Amino acid sequence: MEKRYYSKEIETMSRDEMKALQSERLVAQVKHVWDNVPYYRGLMEEKGVTPEDIKGIEDLHKLPFLSKADLRDQYPYGLLATDLKNCVRIQSTSGTTGRRVVAFYTQHDIDLWEECCARAIVAAGGTSEDVCQVSYGFGLFTGGAGLNGGSHKVGCLTLPMSSGNTARQIQFMMDLGATILCCTPSYAAFLGESLREEGFRPEDNKLKAGIFGAEPWTEEMRRDIERSLGIKAYDIYGLTETSGPGVAFECEEQNGMHINEDHFIAEIIDPETGEVLPEGEKGELVFTSLTKEAFPLIRYRTRDITMLTREKCSCGRTLIRMKKPMGRSDDMLIIRGVNVFPSQIETVLLKEGYSPNYQIEVDRVRNTDTLDIYVEMNPGSFSDVVGDISGDADKLASAIKTMLGITPKVHLVAPKTITRSEGKAVRVIDKRKLHD
Amino acid sequence: MAIKQISIFVENKKGALADVLKCLSDRGVGLRAMTIADTKDFGILRIIVDDREGAVAALTEHEIVFSQNDVIAFEAADVPGGLARVLKVIMDAGIDIEYTYAFVIETGKHACAIIRVSDCEQAEKVLSEAGVPLISEDEILRI
Repeated sequence: MEKRYYSKEIETMSRDEMKALQSERLVAQVKHVWDNVPYYRGLMEEKGVTPEDIKGIEDLHKLPFLSKADLRDQYPYGLLATDLKNCVRIQSTSGTTGRRVVAFYTQHDIDLWEECCARAIVAAGGTSEDVCQVSYGFGLFTGGAGLNGGSHKVGCLTLPMSSGNTARQIQFMMDLGATILCCTPSYAAFLGESLREEGFRPEDNKLKAGIFGAEPWTEEMRRDIERSLGIKAYDIYGLTETSGPGVAFECEEQNGMHINEDHFIAEIIDPETGEVLPEGEKGELVFTSLTKEAFPLIRYRTRDITMLTREKCSCGRTLIRMKKPMGRSDDMLIIRGVNVFPSQIETVLLKEGYSPNYQIEVDRVRNTDTLDIYVEMNPGSFSDVVGDISGDADKLASAIKTMLGITPKVHLVAPKTITRSEGKAVRVIDKRKLHD
Repeated sequence: MAIKQISIFVENKKGALADVLKCLSDRGVGLRAMTIADTKDFGILRIIVDDREGAVAALTEHEIVFSQNDVIAFEAADVPGGLARVLKVIMDAGIDIEYTYAFVIETGKHACAIIRVSDCEQAEKVLSEAGVPLISEDEILRI
Protein backbone atom coordinates (compact mmCIF):
# COMPACT_ATOMS: atom_id res chain seq x y z
CA MET A 1 0.00 0.00 0.00
CA GLU A 2 1.23 3.45 -0.83
CA LYS A 3 2.20 5.43 2.24
CA ARG A 4 0.01 8.41 2.78
CA TYR A 5 0.88 11.69 4.43
CA TYR A 6 -1.11 14.87 4.84
CA SER A 7 1.94 17.11 4.45
CA LYS A 8 4.37 14.79 2.69
CA GLU A 9 7.13 17.32 2.16
CA ILE A 10 7.23 18.31 5.82
CA GLU A 11 6.64 14.86 7.27
CA THR A 12 9.45 13.28 5.26
CA MET A 13 11.81 16.25 5.15
CA SER A 14 15.51 15.61 5.64
CA ARG A 15 16.97 16.54 9.00
CA ASP A 16 19.07 19.33 7.51
CA GLU A 17 16.15 20.92 5.76
CA MET A 18 14.02 20.64 8.89
CA LYS A 19 16.80 22.23 10.98
CA ALA A 20 17.00 25.11 8.55
CA LEU A 21 13.22 25.55 8.59
CA GLN A 22 13.09 25.39 12.39
CA SER A 23 15.96 27.84 12.74
CA GLU A 24 14.39 30.37 10.45
CA ARG A 25 11.05 30.07 12.22
CA LEU A 26 12.59 30.16 15.69
CA VAL A 27 14.38 33.42 14.97
CA ALA A 28 11.12 34.94 13.77
CA GLN A 29 9.09 33.54 16.66
CA VAL A 30 11.53 34.85 19.28
CA LYS A 31 11.50 38.27 17.63
CA HIS A 32 7.69 38.20 17.57
CA VAL A 33 7.55 37.40 21.28
CA TRP A 34 10.23 39.97 22.18
CA ASP A 35 8.33 42.66 20.31
CA ASN A 36 4.88 41.78 21.61
CA VAL A 37 5.06 40.03 24.98
CA PRO A 38 6.62 42.33 27.59
CA TYR A 39 6.49 39.59 30.17
CA TYR A 40 8.66 37.16 28.21
CA ARG A 41 10.88 39.99 27.07
CA GLY A 42 11.45 40.69 30.77
CA LEU A 43 12.45 37.05 31.33
CA MET A 44 14.90 37.29 28.43
CA GLU A 45 16.38 40.53 29.72
CA GLU A 46 16.78 38.98 33.15
CA LYS A 47 18.81 36.24 31.50
CA GLY A 48 20.71 38.73 29.36
CA VAL A 49 19.45 37.34 26.06
CA THR A 50 18.24 39.39 23.12
CA PRO A 51 16.75 38.23 19.81
CA GLU A 52 20.16 38.90 18.22
CA ASP A 53 21.60 36.03 20.28
CA ILE A 54 19.20 33.57 18.68
CA LYS A 55 20.52 32.69 15.26
CA GLY A 56 19.18 29.17 15.01
CA ILE A 57 17.97 26.17 16.96
CA GLU A 58 21.45 25.66 18.41
CA ASP A 59 20.79 28.81 20.47
CA LEU A 60 17.47 27.59 21.86
CA HIS A 61 19.03 26.61 25.18
CA LYS A 62 19.93 30.24 25.87
CA LEU A 63 16.28 31.18 26.21
CA PRO A 64 14.44 31.21 29.54
CA PHE A 65 11.75 28.66 30.34
CA LEU A 66 8.08 29.36 30.68
CA SER A 67 6.14 27.41 33.28
CA LYS A 68 2.51 26.84 34.09
CA ALA A 69 3.01 29.28 36.96
CA ASP A 70 3.95 31.97 34.43
CA LEU A 71 0.81 31.23 32.48
CA ARG A 72 -1.24 31.47 35.61
CA ASP A 73 0.36 34.75 36.66
CA GLN A 74 -0.19 36.23 33.26
CA TYR A 75 -3.79 35.11 32.92
CA PRO A 76 -5.60 36.13 30.86
CA TYR A 77 -3.85 38.50 28.46
CA GLY A 78 -0.26 38.67 29.70
CA LEU A 79 1.18 36.29 27.11
CA LEU A 80 -0.97 37.40 24.22
CA ALA A 81 1.32 38.32 21.32
CA THR A 82 -1.09 40.01 18.99
CA ASP A 83 -3.99 42.47 19.12
CA LEU A 84 -7.22 40.95 20.29
CA LYS A 85 -8.82 42.09 17.06
CA ASN A 86 -6.68 39.53 15.26
CA CYS A 87 -7.84 36.70 17.52
CA VAL A 88 -10.86 34.64 16.58
CA ARG A 89 -11.15 32.08 19.34
CA ILE A 90 -10.03 30.89 22.75
CA GLN A 91 -9.79 27.36 24.13
CA SER A 92 -9.22 26.57 27.75
CA THR A 93 -8.09 23.79 30.00
CA SER A 94 -10.72 21.80 31.84
CA GLY A 95 -9.01 23.31 34.84
CA THR A 96 -10.28 25.28 37.48
CA THR A 97 -9.93 28.33 39.61
CA GLY A 98 -6.37 29.55 39.71
CA ARG A 99 -5.11 26.94 37.30
CA ARG A 100 -7.04 27.80 34.20
CA VAL A 101 -5.08 28.27 31.02
CA VAL A 102 -6.71 30.27 28.27
CA ALA A 103 -5.09 30.00 24.86
CA PHE A 104 -5.80 32.47 22.06
CA TYR A 105 -5.91 31.73 18.35
CA THR A 106 -5.82 33.75 15.20
CA GLN A 107 -7.43 32.16 12.16
CA HIS A 108 -3.92 31.30 11.01
CA ASP A 109 -3.22 29.54 14.32
CA ILE A 110 -6.40 27.51 13.97
CA ASP A 111 -5.50 26.53 10.41
CA LEU A 112 -2.09 25.26 11.49
CA TRP A 113 -3.51 23.44 14.49
CA GLU A 114 -6.14 21.75 12.35
CA GLU A 115 -3.42 20.84 9.88
CA CYS A 116 -1.54 19.08 12.68
CA CYS A 117 -4.69 17.13 13.51
CA ALA A 118 -5.22 16.34 9.83
CA ARG A 119 -1.75 14.78 9.75
CA ALA A 120 -2.75 12.58 12.68
CA ILE A 121 -5.93 11.47 10.96
CA VAL A 122 -4.13 10.64 7.71
CA ALA A 123 -1.43 8.79 9.67
CA ALA A 124 -4.24 6.69 11.15
CA GLY A 125 -5.37 5.83 7.63
CA GLY A 126 -7.96 8.58 7.19
CA THR A 127 -9.01 9.82 3.74
CA SER A 128 -11.91 11.81 2.32
CA GLU A 129 -13.82 8.52 2.09
CA ASP A 130 -13.92 8.19 5.85
CA VAL A 131 -16.63 8.95 8.35
CA CYS A 132 -14.92 10.46 11.37
CA GLN A 133 -16.81 10.41 14.66
CA VAL A 134 -15.43 13.07 16.99
CA SER A 135 -16.47 12.12 20.50
CA TYR A 136 -14.09 14.38 22.35
CA GLY A 137 -15.84 17.14 24.25
CA PHE A 138 -16.63 20.26 22.22
CA GLY A 139 -16.48 23.69 23.72
CA LEU A 140 -13.56 25.09 25.68
CA PHE A 141 -11.80 21.72 25.60
CA THR A 142 -9.39 21.46 22.67
CA GLY A 143 -10.12 17.81 21.88
CA GLY A 144 -13.38 18.26 19.98
CA ALA A 145 -12.40 21.43 18.14
CA GLY A 146 -8.99 20.13 17.06
CA LEU A 147 -10.02 16.77 15.66
CA ASN A 148 -13.19 18.24 14.16
CA GLY A 149 -11.11 20.77 12.24
CA GLY A 150 -8.55 18.16 11.26
CA SER A 151 -11.29 15.88 9.99
CA HIS A 152 -12.68 18.70 7.83
CA LYS A 153 -9.23 19.34 6.38
CA VAL A 154 -8.83 15.67 5.44
CA GLY A 155 -12.31 15.79 3.92
CA CYS A 156 -13.86 13.10 6.08
CA LEU A 157 -17.57 13.21 6.72
CA THR A 158 -17.35 14.56 10.25
CA LEU A 159 -19.74 13.60 13.03
CA PRO A 160 -19.35 16.31 15.72
CA MET A 161 -20.76 14.15 18.47
CA SER A 162 -18.99 15.64 21.49
CA SER A 163 -18.68 13.41 24.54
CA GLY A 164 -21.38 11.58 26.46
CA ASN A 165 -24.85 10.33 25.51
CA THR A 166 -23.55 6.87 24.75
CA ALA A 167 -26.80 5.57 23.26
CA ARG A 168 -26.70 8.33 20.64
CA GLN A 169 -22.98 7.74 20.01
CA ILE A 170 -23.67 4.10 19.26
CA GLN A 171 -26.66 4.89 17.09
CA PHE A 172 -24.72 7.34 14.89
CA MET A 173 -21.68 5.07 14.81
CA MET A 174 -23.75 2.15 13.55
CA ASP A 175 -26.30 3.99 11.38
CA LEU A 176 -23.81 6.26 9.61
CA GLY A 177 -21.02 3.72 9.48
CA ALA A 178 -18.32 5.67 11.30
CA THR A 179 -14.86 4.45 10.30
CA ILE A 180 -12.66 6.57 12.57
CA LEU A 181 -13.36 7.31 16.22
CA CYS A 182 -11.70 10.19 18.10
CA CYS A 183 -12.14 10.39 21.87
CA THR A 184 -10.36 9.76 25.16
CA PRO A 185 -9.08 6.19 25.55
CA SER A 186 -11.31 5.61 28.57
CA TYR A 187 -14.37 6.65 26.60
CA ALA A 188 -13.30 4.39 23.74
CA ALA A 189 -13.07 1.51 26.18
CA PHE A 190 -16.46 2.41 27.57
CA LEU A 191 -17.99 2.55 24.09
CA GLY A 192 -16.49 -0.85 23.33
CA GLU A 193 -18.08 -2.27 26.43
CA SER A 194 -21.43 -0.62 25.74
CA LEU A 195 -21.46 -2.01 22.19
CA ARG A 196 -20.87 -5.48 23.53
CA GLU A 197 -23.60 -5.09 26.13
CA GLU A 198 -25.99 -4.14 23.34
CA GLY A 199 -25.11 -7.36 21.58
CA PHE A 200 -22.78 -5.97 18.89
CA ARG A 201 -19.66 -7.92 18.00
CA PRO A 202 -16.45 -6.04 17.12
CA GLU A 203 -16.94 -6.88 13.43
CA ASP A 204 -20.44 -5.37 13.41
CA ASN A 205 -19.15 -1.80 13.31
CA LYS A 206 -17.33 -0.20 10.38
CA LEU A 207 -14.62 1.40 12.49
CA LYS A 208 -11.05 0.81 11.36
CA ALA A 209 -9.09 3.28 13.46
CA GLY A 210 -9.31 5.31 16.62
CA ILE A 211 -7.35 8.41 17.62
CA PHE A 212 -7.19 8.57 21.36
CA GLY A 213 -5.50 11.01 23.70
CA ALA A 214 -5.89 13.62 26.45
CA GLU A 215 -5.18 11.13 29.22
CA PRO A 216 -2.58 8.49 30.07
CA TRP A 217 -3.22 4.98 28.83
CA THR A 218 -1.21 1.81 28.64
CA GLU A 219 -0.36 -0.66 25.89
CA GLU A 220 -2.62 -3.11 27.64
CA MET A 221 -5.51 -0.70 27.43
CA ARG A 222 -4.68 -0.14 23.77
CA ARG A 223 -4.99 -3.86 23.06
CA ASP A 224 -8.28 -4.01 25.00
CA ILE A 225 -9.74 -1.16 22.97
CA GLU A 226 -8.45 -2.60 19.70
CA ARG A 227 -10.07 -5.94 20.49
CA SER A 228 -13.38 -4.58 21.72
CA LEU A 229 -13.89 -2.20 18.79
CA GLY A 230 -12.07 -4.21 16.12
CA ILE A 231 -9.79 -1.28 15.23
CA LYS A 232 -6.23 -0.07 15.30
CA ALA A 233 -5.80 2.50 18.08
CA TYR A 234 -3.51 5.51 17.59
CA ASP A 235 -2.19 7.80 20.28
CA ILE A 236 -2.23 11.58 19.94
CA TYR A 237 -0.60 14.20 22.14
CA GLY A 238 -1.07 17.86 22.78
CA LEU A 239 -1.94 20.37 25.41
CA THR A 240 -4.09 23.46 25.46
CA GLU A 241 -1.04 25.65 26.04
CA THR A 242 0.54 24.55 22.76
CA SER A 243 -2.76 24.64 20.78
CA GLY A 244 -4.34 21.28 21.57
CA PRO A 245 -4.11 17.71 20.27
CA GLY A 246 -1.93 17.15 17.26
CA VAL A 247 1.39 18.38 18.60
CA ALA A 248 2.44 14.76 18.15
CA PHE A 249 0.68 11.75 16.66
CA GLU A 250 1.22 8.07 16.06
CA CYS A 251 1.72 6.34 12.74
CA GLU A 252 0.92 2.73 11.88
CA GLU A 253 4.08 1.60 13.70
CA GLN A 254 2.42 2.52 17.03
CA ASN A 255 5.85 3.09 18.41
CA GLY A 256 6.01 6.64 19.72
CA MET A 257 4.39 9.82 18.47
CA HIS A 258 5.85 11.93 15.66
CA ILE A 259 6.16 15.54 16.71
CA ASN A 260 5.09 18.16 14.17
CA GLU A 261 8.54 19.69 14.16
CA ASP A 262 7.76 22.38 11.63
CA HIS A 263 5.50 23.92 14.31
CA PHE A 264 7.10 22.79 17.55
CA ILE A 265 10.62 22.11 18.79
CA ALA A 266 10.79 19.51 21.53
CA GLU A 267 13.54 19.34 24.13
CA ILE A 268 14.05 17.02 27.07
CA ILE A 269 15.46 18.62 30.19
CA ASP A 270 16.45 17.55 33.64
CA PRO A 271 13.47 18.79 35.68
CA GLU A 272 15.72 19.64 38.62
CA THR A 273 18.51 21.54 36.90
CA GLY A 274 16.85 22.61 33.66
CA GLU A 275 19.82 21.23 31.75
CA VAL A 276 19.06 19.90 28.25
CA LEU A 277 19.49 16.12 28.04
CA PRO A 278 20.74 14.23 25.01
CA GLU A 279 18.37 12.32 22.74
CA GLY A 280 17.18 9.06 24.27
CA GLU A 281 17.36 10.24 27.85
CA LYS A 282 14.32 10.46 30.04
CA GLY A 283 13.32 13.87 31.35
CA GLU A 284 10.79 16.67 31.20
CA LEU A 285 9.35 17.57 27.83
CA VAL A 286 9.70 21.21 26.80
CA PHE A 287 8.01 22.73 23.75
CA THR A 288 8.76 25.83 21.76
CA SER A 289 6.17 26.94 19.25
CA LEU A 290 7.52 28.12 15.91
CA THR A 291 4.54 29.44 14.02
CA LYS A 292 2.04 30.75 16.48
CA GLU A 293 0.74 34.29 16.22
CA ALA A 294 -1.58 34.77 19.18
CA PHE A 295 -0.17 32.57 21.92
CA PRO A 296 3.41 31.62 21.17
CA LEU A 297 5.24 29.76 23.90
CA ILE A 298 9.00 29.65 24.14
CA ARG A 299 10.47 26.73 26.05
CA TYR A 300 7.26 25.80 27.80
CA ARG A 301 7.75 23.17 30.48
CA THR A 302 5.01 20.58 30.06
CA ARG A 303 5.87 18.68 33.26
CA ASP A 304 5.37 15.48 31.27
CA ILE A 305 8.21 13.01 31.63
CA THR A 306 9.17 11.22 28.44
CA MET A 307 12.03 10.63 25.96
CA LEU A 308 12.69 11.45 22.32
CA THR A 309 14.13 9.37 19.53
CA ARG A 310 15.30 10.08 16.00
CA GLU A 311 15.53 6.41 15.13
CA LYS A 312 14.30 5.80 11.62
CA CYS A 313 10.59 4.96 11.45
CA SER A 314 9.34 2.55 8.80
CA CYS A 315 6.40 4.84 8.05
CA GLY A 316 8.84 7.11 6.23
CA ARG A 317 8.26 10.11 8.47
CA THR A 318 11.45 11.81 9.57
CA LEU A 319 9.73 13.72 12.36
CA ILE A 320 11.24 13.04 15.77
CA ARG A 321 9.21 10.71 17.99
CA MET A 322 8.29 11.08 21.65
CA LYS A 323 7.33 8.17 23.85
CA LYS A 324 3.99 8.15 25.57
CA PRO A 325 4.53 10.30 28.70
CA MET A 326 5.73 8.16 31.58
CA GLY A 327 4.74 10.42 34.44
CA ARG A 328 4.73 13.98 35.68
CA SER A 329 7.35 16.13 37.30
CA ASP A 330 4.67 17.81 39.40
CA ASP A 331 1.74 16.48 41.40
CA MET A 332 -0.84 16.87 38.65
CA LEU A 333 -3.12 13.90 38.09
CA ILE A 334 -5.05 13.30 34.93
CA ILE A 335 -8.36 11.72 35.88
CA ARG A 336 -10.84 10.91 33.14
CA GLY A 337 -8.99 13.36 30.93
CA VAL A 338 -9.27 16.17 33.46
CA ASN A 339 -6.19 17.77 34.99
CA VAL A 340 -6.45 17.62 38.75
CA PHE A 341 -4.13 19.16 41.31
CA PRO A 342 -4.52 17.91 44.88
CA SER A 343 -4.36 21.53 46.03
CA GLN A 344 -7.69 22.19 44.30
CA ILE A 345 -9.35 19.54 46.40
CA GLU A 346 -7.75 21.05 49.47
CA THR A 347 -9.23 24.43 48.59
CA VAL A 348 -12.73 22.98 48.45
CA LEU A 349 -12.28 21.16 51.77
CA LEU A 350 -11.24 24.33 53.54
CA LYS A 351 -14.07 26.28 51.97
CA GLU A 352 -16.58 23.67 53.08
CA GLY A 353 -15.23 23.75 56.62
CA TYR A 354 -13.28 20.49 56.65
CA SER A 355 -9.77 19.96 57.88
CA PRO A 356 -7.21 19.89 55.07
CA ASN A 357 -6.31 16.34 55.99
CA TYR A 358 -7.38 14.15 53.16
CA GLN A 359 -6.24 11.37 50.93
CA ILE A 360 -6.99 10.91 47.27
CA GLU A 361 -7.16 7.44 45.83
CA VAL A 362 -7.22 7.10 42.08
CA ASP A 363 -7.80 3.77 40.43
CA ARG A 364 -8.92 2.45 37.11
CA VAL A 365 -11.77 0.00 37.14
CA ARG A 366 -12.71 -1.57 33.81
CA ASN A 367 -10.76 1.15 31.99
CA THR A 368 -12.54 4.00 33.74
CA ASP A 369 -10.83 6.18 36.30
CA THR A 370 -12.27 6.30 39.79
CA LEU A 371 -11.62 9.07 42.30
CA ASP A 372 -12.11 8.39 45.99
CA ILE A 373 -11.46 11.11 48.52
CA TYR A 374 -11.08 10.32 52.19
CA VAL A 375 -11.84 13.29 54.39
CA GLU A 376 -11.77 13.58 58.13
CA MET A 377 -15.24 14.34 59.35
CA ASN A 378 -16.03 17.38 61.35
CA PRO A 379 -16.79 16.38 64.95
CA GLY A 380 -19.14 19.35 65.20
CA SER A 381 -21.34 18.16 62.37
CA PHE A 382 -21.56 14.55 63.45
CA SER A 383 -25.14 13.34 63.62
CA ASP A 384 -26.75 10.17 64.91
CA VAL A 385 -28.76 9.96 61.67
CA VAL A 386 -27.10 8.21 58.72
CA GLY A 387 -28.88 10.39 56.17
CA ASP A 388 -27.37 13.57 57.66
CA ILE A 389 -23.84 12.25 57.36
CA SER A 390 -24.22 10.90 53.85
CA GLY A 391 -25.91 14.20 53.00
CA ASP A 392 -22.75 16.02 54.14
CA ALA A 393 -20.61 13.67 52.06
CA ASP A 394 -22.82 14.24 49.01
CA LYS A 395 -22.65 17.99 49.49
CA LEU A 396 -18.88 17.86 49.60
CA ALA A 397 -18.77 15.59 46.54
CA SER A 398 -20.88 18.05 44.61
CA ALA A 399 -18.67 20.99 45.66
CA ILE A 400 -15.65 19.06 44.40
CA LYS A 401 -17.49 18.21 41.20
CA THR A 402 -18.15 21.92 40.67
CA MET A 403 -14.43 22.61 41.06
CA LEU A 404 -13.01 19.70 39.06
CA GLY A 405 -15.78 18.72 36.70
CA ILE A 406 -15.61 15.12 37.83
CA THR A 407 -17.61 13.49 40.56
CA PRO A 408 -15.58 11.90 43.33
CA LYS A 409 -16.74 9.40 45.88
CA VAL A 410 -16.32 11.10 49.24
CA HIS A 411 -15.70 8.98 52.31
CA LEU A 412 -15.91 10.66 55.68
CA VAL A 413 -13.54 9.10 58.17
CA ALA A 414 -12.88 9.73 61.85
CA PRO A 415 -10.73 12.75 62.74
CA LYS A 416 -7.00 12.15 63.06
CA THR A 417 -7.17 8.83 61.25
CA ILE A 418 -5.57 9.99 58.04
CA THR A 419 -1.88 9.39 58.33
CA ARG A 420 0.12 12.47 59.04
CA SER A 421 3.59 11.89 57.87
CA GLU A 422 6.58 13.89 58.89
CA GLY A 423 7.14 16.58 56.34
CA LYS A 424 5.30 16.03 53.10
CA ALA A 425 2.01 14.23 53.53
CA VAL A 426 1.08 11.35 51.29
CA ARG A 427 -1.97 12.87 49.74
CA VAL A 428 -2.31 10.80 46.64
CA ILE A 429 -2.42 7.08 46.09
CA ASP A 430 -2.53 6.36 42.39
CA LYS A 431 -3.26 2.68 41.91
CA ARG A 432 -3.59 2.91 38.16
CA LYS A 433 -0.91 1.27 36.14
CA LEU A 434 -0.60 4.07 33.63
CA HIS A 435 2.84 3.42 32.32
CA ASP A 436 4.14 0.22 30.87
CA MET B 1 -38.80 12.52 79.98
CA ALA B 2 -36.64 12.08 76.89
CA ILE B 3 -33.62 9.90 77.33
CA LYS B 4 -30.11 10.90 76.30
CA GLN B 5 -28.59 8.55 73.82
CA ILE B 6 -24.92 8.64 72.90
CA SER B 7 -24.19 8.21 69.19
CA ILE B 8 -20.66 7.33 68.18
CA PHE B 9 -18.99 7.45 64.78
CA VAL B 10 -17.33 4.10 64.10
CA GLU B 11 -15.17 3.59 61.08
CA ASN B 12 -15.84 0.54 58.99
CA LYS B 13 -12.63 -1.26 59.78
CA LYS B 14 -11.53 -4.21 61.77
CA GLY B 15 -11.50 -3.66 65.52
CA ALA B 16 -13.11 -0.22 65.41
CA LEU B 17 -16.18 -1.26 67.40
CA ALA B 18 -14.12 -3.23 69.91
CA ASP B 19 -11.90 -0.17 70.47
CA VAL B 20 -14.88 2.02 71.30
CA LEU B 21 -16.38 -0.57 73.63
CA LYS B 22 -13.08 -1.06 75.39
CA CYS B 23 -12.70 2.64 75.97
CA LEU B 24 -16.12 2.61 77.68
CA SER B 25 -15.56 -0.54 79.70
CA ASP B 26 -12.17 0.70 80.92
CA ARG B 27 -14.07 3.55 82.49
CA GLY B 28 -16.61 1.12 84.03
CA VAL B 29 -19.42 2.29 81.78
CA GLY B 30 -22.11 -0.32 81.17
CA LEU B 31 -24.48 -0.51 78.23
CA ARG B 32 -28.23 -0.65 78.73
CA ALA B 33 -29.19 -0.70 75.07
CA MET B 34 -27.39 -0.46 71.79
CA THR B 35 -27.82 -0.58 68.04
CA ILE B 36 -25.61 0.06 65.06
CA ALA B 37 -26.52 1.68 61.79
CA ASP B 38 -24.03 0.58 59.19
CA THR B 39 -23.19 2.04 55.82
CA LYS B 40 -20.46 1.04 53.40
CA ASP B 41 -18.03 3.52 54.88
CA PHE B 42 -18.90 3.85 58.54
CA GLY B 43 -21.24 2.85 61.30
CA ILE B 44 -23.09 4.84 63.90
CA LEU B 45 -23.13 3.12 67.25
CA ARG B 46 -26.08 4.28 69.34
CA ILE B 47 -26.03 3.42 73.01
CA ILE B 48 -27.79 4.12 76.24
CA VAL B 49 -25.42 3.79 79.13
CA ASP B 50 -25.60 3.58 82.88
CA ASP B 51 -23.00 6.31 83.39
CA ARG B 52 -23.37 9.02 80.83
CA GLU B 53 -20.84 11.37 82.39
CA GLY B 54 -18.25 8.63 82.47
CA ALA B 55 -18.96 7.71 78.87
CA VAL B 56 -18.65 11.32 77.69
CA ALA B 57 -15.38 11.74 79.56
CA ALA B 58 -13.94 8.52 78.13
CA LEU B 59 -14.97 9.29 74.57
CA THR B 60 -13.67 12.84 74.77
CA GLU B 61 -10.38 11.66 76.16
CA HIS B 62 -9.97 9.18 73.30
CA GLU B 63 -10.95 11.83 70.74
CA ILE B 64 -13.80 9.72 69.48
CA VAL B 65 -16.48 11.54 67.52
CA PHE B 66 -19.85 11.35 69.25
CA SER B 67 -22.97 13.31 69.91
CA GLN B 68 -25.72 13.18 72.50
CA ASN B 69 -29.29 13.34 71.46
CA ASP B 70 -32.77 12.85 72.80
CA VAL B 71 -34.68 9.66 72.16
CA ILE B 72 -37.92 8.38 73.62
CA ALA B 73 -38.23 5.01 75.37
CA PHE B 74 -41.60 3.48 75.93
CA GLU B 75 -43.12 0.21 76.93
CA ALA B 76 -44.96 -1.86 74.39
CA ALA B 77 -46.74 -5.16 74.79
CA ASP B 78 -44.59 -8.13 73.77
CA VAL B 79 -47.24 -9.45 71.38
CA PRO B 80 -47.52 -9.30 67.60
CA GLY B 81 -48.53 -5.75 66.66
CA GLY B 82 -47.49 -4.30 70.01
CA LEU B 83 -44.92 -1.93 68.54
CA ALA B 84 -46.92 -1.23 65.40
CA ARG B 85 -49.84 0.06 67.44
CA VAL B 86 -47.63 2.67 69.13
CA LEU B 87 -45.88 3.69 65.94
CA LYS B 88 -49.25 4.34 64.34
CA VAL B 89 -49.99 6.89 67.06
CA ILE B 90 -46.81 8.73 66.15
CA MET B 91 -47.45 8.48 62.45
CA ASP B 92 -51.01 9.76 62.81
CA ALA B 93 -49.63 12.81 64.59
CA GLY B 94 -47.51 13.55 61.51
CA ILE B 95 -44.21 12.95 63.32
CA ASP B 96 -41.32 11.37 61.41
CA ILE B 97 -39.41 8.45 62.88
CA GLU B 98 -35.69 8.47 62.07
CA TYR B 99 -35.00 5.05 63.54
CA THR B 100 -36.06 2.69 66.30
CA TYR B 101 -34.70 -0.27 68.22
CA ALA B 102 -36.16 -2.44 70.91
CA PHE B 103 -35.53 -5.20 73.38
CA VAL B 104 -37.75 -7.54 75.37
CA ILE B 105 -38.01 -6.93 79.09
CA GLU B 106 -40.13 -9.91 79.98
CA THR B 107 -41.07 -12.42 77.32
CA GLY B 108 -44.72 -12.31 76.41
CA LYS B 109 -45.29 -9.28 78.61
CA HIS B 110 -43.31 -6.11 77.99
CA ALA B 111 -40.77 -4.86 75.59
CA CYS B 112 -38.90 -1.56 75.61
CA ALA B 113 -38.73 0.37 72.36
CA ILE B 114 -36.54 3.38 71.73
CA ILE B 115 -37.37 5.82 68.99
CA ARG B 116 -35.69 8.83 67.50
CA VAL B 117 -38.27 11.24 66.10
CA SER B 118 -38.33 14.58 64.34
CA ASP B 119 -40.14 16.25 67.23
CA CYS B 120 -39.46 14.73 70.63
CA GLU B 121 -41.75 16.93 72.70
CA GLN B 122 -44.72 16.44 70.44
CA ALA B 123 -44.13 12.69 70.28
CA GLU B 124 -44.06 12.43 74.06
CA LYS B 125 -47.28 14.35 74.25
CA VAL B 126 -49.17 12.17 71.81
CA LEU B 127 -47.83 8.98 73.37
CA SER B 128 -48.90 10.09 76.85
CA GLU B 129 -52.33 11.02 75.55
CA ALA B 130 -52.63 7.59 73.95
CA GLY B 131 -51.74 6.01 77.29
CA VAL B 132 -48.43 4.58 76.19
CA PRO B 133 -46.16 4.14 79.23
CA LEU B 134 -42.98 6.17 78.73
CA ILE B 135 -39.79 4.93 80.34
CA SER B 136 -37.54 7.45 82.05
CA GLU B 137 -33.76 7.44 82.11
CA ASP B 138 -33.75 6.26 85.73
CA GLU B 139 -36.14 3.47 84.92
CA ILE B 140 -34.14 2.21 81.99
CA LEU B 141 -31.11 1.87 84.24
CA ARG B 142 -33.07 -0.39 86.55
CA ILE B 143 -34.36 -2.78 83.87
